[in-house]
Amino acid sequence: MAKPSSSKGSESSAIDINNLFLTFETQTEPVHALSDINLKVEAGDFVSLIGPSGCGKTTLLRVIADLEKPTSGSITVEGKTAHQARLDRAYGYVFQTPALLPWRNIESNIHLPLEMSGYSKSEQKKLSQEYLSLVSLTGFEKKYPWQLSGGMQQRVSIARALSFSPDMLLMDEPFGALDEITRDRLNEELLRLWEQTQKTVVFVTHSIPEAVFLSTKIVVMSARPGKIIDVIDTNFPKDRNLDIRESKEFLKVSQLVREGLKEGHSDGS
Amino acid sequence: MEAKRLFSMLIGGTIGPVVILVTAIIMIWYAGAVYLNSSFLIDRYEKNNIEWTFSQLASDSWSMERPVLPSPHQIAKELKKTIWDKKITSPRSLVYHSRVTLSSSMVGFLMGTFLGILLSVGIVYVAALDRTLMPWIITSQTIPILAIAPMIVVVLGSMGIIGLVPKAMISTYLCFFPVVVGMVKGLRSPSIILVDLMNSYSASKVEVFWKLRLPASLPYLFASLKVAIALSVVGAIVAELPAGAQGGLGARLLSGSYYGQTSLIWAALITASVISATLVTIVGRMERAVNNRMGLQI
Ligand SMILES: Nc1ncnc2c1ncn2[C@@H]1O[C@H](COP(=O)(O)OP(=O)(O)O)[C@@H](O)[C@H]1O
Ligand SMILES: [Mg+2]
Repeated sequence: MAKPSSSKGSESSAIDINNLFLTFETQTEPVHALSDINLKVEAGDFVSLIGPSGCGKTTLLRVIADLEKPTSGSITVEGKTAHQARLDRAYGYVFQTPALLPWRNIESNIHLPLEMSGYSKSEQKKLSQEYLSLVSLTGFEKKYPWQLSGGMQQRVSIARALSFSPDMLLMDEPFGALDEITRDRLNEELLRLWEQTQKTVVFVTHSIPEAVFLSTKIVVMSARPGKIIDVIDTNFPKDRNLDIRESKEFLKVSQLVREGLKEGHSDGS
Repeated sequence: MEAKRLFSMLIGGTIGPVVILVTAIIMIWYAGAVYLNSSFLIDRYEKNNIEWTFSQLASDSWSMERPVLPSPHQIAKELKKTIWDKKITSPRSLVYHSRVTLSSSMVGFLMGTFLGILLSVGIVYVAALDRTLMPWIITSQTIPILAIAPMIVVVLGSMGIIGLVPKAMISTYLCFFPVVVGMVKGLRSPSIILVDLMNSYSASKVEVFWKLRLPASLPYLFASLKVAIALSVVGAIVAELPAGAQGGLGARLLSGSYYGQTSLIWAALITASVISATLVTIVGRMERAVNNRMGLQI
């Protein structure tokens, strides 16, 4: 049932954004949420978008997901228009909150996208088992969302986003609402998932350590108008664990990110 | 110590407070019967120069032929006579009349629920209907049902449509409104994030309806159905009031007031409220069953 994995690694980038602008027309004044965005993401990259709140991180992610239309500029996702990519279910989206349907149990929440992709009942069952075990939630199939902690719920929503094998995972501050201990654990878990599944990940955060720990590429943004200040590539071993946060290299990259953010702050105001 | 235990037993359980309340109501009722019936009785005493005591006044006012307010035991007797002692097919039987009222209110309830759901889907999915339909729906409910019911019954009667259909239509008229209001709110209740989630799967409108909007609206639907089912009984009874209704609790109320038989009126009233309460309870049970199935126990 695995669908033919499309255009992976070949000539076209996973995401290609050129001269993209997005302005929200509000009642009072237009909000320039995104201004002249240029970004290339290769298949298999783990890209973090980092910046102060209101700098357009969510908006950029939603543009990639075709949940928001750019005012001008071009964007392709896996070589297609963002719209076509959404129709082809090219990505799984993980929202800031778990966004589980309260009347469905955990298993059946994971079945939701599978039902719409036409998987048979037995395939749905098999896949939900597989992905629940991937996020270490075997045994919780019949529980309802309210019976799970916030961290567990967010893991369910990650399993749901992966369950239909999209090539790409778009995550909007998925661990923002969690305590630091849970967050550290989930960061390690996510890194392991990324290693195992080889997905392209775009990950929104406003935590520098989180961004540096997870990413192959860190996109630093600033607000008003929302734009990209700096793109920092990292080169940590794939099988890293949280201990690298003490390493020299880690601190150096963190410093770079911090400087980028500071720079954005000073010329923004 | 004993008194304290007795007290907490009465207040603490579920049966205790109910018993206390019912006893209080019955006592107030008896007192009210004396109060409301006394002026007629005292007139009669004075006309016939009868010396009267308070105990005589009380016992007379609880056993009048045509009291202003019949006392509970008189109503109980009437209920026993018309429910227990009569054949259920007899037009004197309250069971017979209840069946007439119940069948038209149930048909009206089902039609009203169906119409309400249909309209709410239209309103939520078609922007033009949202703007045009809602004002009319609200206006429809400002027309007093007592004014419109006889018109519907008479007009339909002149077209040869009599019996259950016109009555069911009045129940429908009352029922559809809470269903529309509740369902419109319910269908719109899913958060933006859940709608975005469905869009991220490029879900069709039909899928969004069945998998998101409809299940999210069920709690709202049940709240509306509880109101609607009680209204359906009211609608059926009101529809039976215009002249010519052969059966039903409404016809029963009417003939009771023609002949000044207040205990007959009260018996019909009590039957009607027992029916309504039972129906509301049944909807409540269904609601709980559905909530359990949906895992929403809180
Ligand atoms: N639907 C919208 N309508 C109007 N303004 C919006 C809308 N969505 C976001 N914005 C504005 O666009 C800017 C960027 O928002 P957002 O992308 O949510 O920032 P971030 O996720 O980085 O905190 C903010 O100023 C926000 O107020
Ligand atoms: Mg955001």
